[in-house]
Amino acid sequence: MLHGTTVRSTIPCGEIASIRCAFDTDGYTVVDHRDVPGKNVIALIEDDQPCLATGEVRHAAEPILLLAHEEKEKLLAAKVDIAYRPKTPVFDASVSPRTFKTIAIEKGDLARGFAEADLVVEGVYRTGHQEQLYVETNGVIAVPENGGVTVYGSMQCPYYVHKALKVLLDLPGEKVRVVQTETGGGFGGKEEYPSMIAGHACLLALKARRPVKLVYDRVEDMLATTKRHPSVVRHRTGVRNDGRITAMDIDVLLDGGAYCTLSPVVLSRGVIHASGPYRCDHVRVRGRVTMTNTPPNGAFRGFGAPQTQFAGEVHMERIAEALGMDPVRLREVNALRPGDTTATGQKLGRDASALAVLREAVRRTDFRRRRRALAGSNRGLGLALFFHGSGFTGGGEVKLASKASLELTPRGARILVASTEIGQGTRTMHAQIVADALGLPYDAIEVSDADTARVPDSGPTVASRTCMVVGKILENCALEMKRRLGRLTPRQYLVRHGPLVVTKEYERPAQMRWDDETYRGDAYGAYGWGCDVAEVEFDPVSGELRPVRLTAVQEIGKAIHPVLAEGQIAGGTAQGIGWALLEEVILRDGSMANAQMTNYAAPTTLDTPPIDVAILESPYENGPHGAKGVGEMPIDGPAPAIVNAIRHLGWDVREIPATPERLAASARR
Amino acid sequence: MKRLLDVLREDCGLTGTKEGCGEGECGACTVLLDREPVNSCLVPFAQARGAKITTIEGLKGRHPLQKAFVTEGGAQCGICTPGMILAAAALPRKASLKEIRTGLAGNLCRCTGYEGIYKAIRKSWVPSPKSLVLSRKRVRHGRS
Repeated sequence: MLHGTTVRSTIPCGEIASIRCAFDTDGYTVVDHRDVPGKNVIALIEDDQPCLATGEVRHAAEPILLLAHEEKEKLLAAKVDIAYRPKTPVFDASVSPRTFKTIAIEKGDLARGFAEADLVVEGVYRTGHQEQLYVETNGVIAVPENGGVTVYGSMQCPYYVHKALKVLLDLPGEKVRVVQTETGGGFGGKEEYPSMIAGHACLLALKARRPVKLVYDRVEDMLATTKRHPSVVRHRTGVRNDGRITAMDIDVLLDGGAYCTLSPVVLSRGVIHASGPYRCDHVRVRGRVTMTNTPPNGAFRGFGAPQTQFAGEVHMERIAEALGMDPVRLREVNALRPGDTTATGQKLGRDASALAVLREAVRRTDFRRRRRALAGSNRGLGLALFFHGSGFTGGGEVKLASKASLELTPRGARILVASTEIGQGTRTMHAQIVADALGLPYDAIEVSDADTARVPDSGPTVASRTCMVVGKILENCALEMKRRLGRLTPRQYLVRHGPLVVTKEYERPAQMRWDDETYRGDAYGAYGWGCDVAEVEFDPVSGELRPVRLTAVQEIGKAIHPVLAEGQIAGGTAQGIGWALLEEVILRDGSMANAQMTNYAAPTTLDTPPIDVAILESPYENGPHGAKGVGEMPIDGPAPAIVNAIRHLGWDVREIPATPERLAASARR
Repeated sequence: MKRLLDVLREDCGLTGTKEGCGEGECGACTVLLDREPVNSCLVPFAQARGAKITTIEGLKGRHPLQKAFVTEGGAQCGICTPGMILAAAALPRKASLKEIRTGLAGNLCRCTGYEGIYKAIRKSWVPSPKSLVLSRKRVRHGRS
């Protein structure tokens, strides 16, 4: 087996003038764009991102050359001299010459809405990059075999990698095999990025005709891989003196980085969640995501919704302030209720729980009394109300046409899905659902590796869909299998009838309607609802803000495995706390200057307060046992709750992370 | 110069110890060196001469912490878990929450928010009756 390494651009924008290997290449495999058998592209949405740079460089750390050698030390010693003709880079998303996508949502008549208002409140809110910081970095092993290639690696979506490799290597599907290995965290950072590293390893492996192991160290992973899209969100809101919002005018700008990747979908989710869990007859949301000469941004838990709901909830707090109104009351007056329509015109069902989570959070934290008690102290209390659509947006699940299979075994059944276990409990939760539907013990169920040679395409492990969507398809498989078994045990059936595999496909609920042109209709099958309360303490000596307690109340339909569901909520909440207070990507000339764990701070035990999790259940009729999604929603709440607690303390903060430096620079209320 | 981490993983084939950062920040490489938790990515192998090293494999899957991590949600993706368990094993019994926090401050977990880890540690201190067999509810992976 050979070790691989990637030679990357050191400038953010320009042309490659020359490449010279300043070492004896004997014993090395050297790969550049000319070695690509198929199309030199990482196939995803726009197909604009090259696997290896040809002559142009659009971001620092863009991959240019690949090297492989038997000895790792030899790779470190291989010096490659690259000369560039730099061009002026674009770092400000608001003045970018290239827009990847624009989306507009319109409801009612904005002018009429503003005419009905007693007061108009405006504000601009900013969030920066966030690094997923899975403790296991990206890594793959590519093995040339069977006239094609097999890739083993840390990933969330084997079939995304499969699709990208077919295009890159010009191989038919049967010649490409992708196997997910035990994965040490993903959080979206291994949704689309693995296609790139897998492509690189395959190119080296095919040229060398030997297996190649390509694993990033932490610095390379931070420098080169995707991050959360930075955002600038502008609100202009019309509100009556009684607190009722009459008009919402929202502008969303996301920084996509150098290539398109998943930006259109991130923008979509961001825009749909921009108006928050609130009813309003007159809404306009205009969103765009643009190019900057920085490493492309991509999926990170929440996927646009944390950014726009941060803005929305901090803005709500400022509206409450402007009206002289209790922040809880303002939420109560405007929260979406069953039967109300969202900004896209979706009518909410009985499971809509905005008021329930709000009331529980207020009760649980004795919010009003505690806020009064803390006034004037060095502690603050704040809340945030939020929601999160489960599954792919609009017609996305129909397009995915996900499949799941169940294979009968002598003891029970084997689950065959492309859904990956990345710590969230996929294997356990799927086995529970199947065991329950089959009426068999949990131990009777096996789960296959996510290996494209064995499992059908169940769609990607993203968008909080693994339980609600794929789990449902598996439940249907199990019910069918149970019907077929009749009175026979699995063993008896196999002896009498031979093998049995049941395959089912996603079925869209009949009443769901979505129009991609007008962006109107049922954006998601179901929404989860959440309310977070944050208590923070300010240290006047160090200028630090410490979170003291975070209460997370989340309504998720049904907790299939309460310990795992609680774990997802606590974990996502901790990541939200990090995003609010600690995690900052410092860019210098378009490159991450703090690409080490030493200076990119993710929350340790000492940074994470007690997290009190309360799960409410309001079943969604089309989810297995009523389950909705849970994985992403928890990260939507902590940042605005914390910033609203800071506001209670006396600072007007509109940008995160709220580091001591930013606090010191903020206006006092 | 080989690090203790490299010798454990590559020469000894003990891959339970993980590399998360290579700079002593994440603690995924934690092992016990003469009973003290150390970041094995920062220990030059020569420095380990004569020392007794305990890796996660040394707990043989039977340590109370290991069982408790499973039942209490102390592990999600598992990558920080070997280091976290060894660091937790070095904590004094019945440590306060403050002492647990401080003792584990060098072990980063990105999945759990730490709540499940604290629950697991406290649970591990409760002696389980010898007559109680913990049911091995593991989902097996199909290898057909």
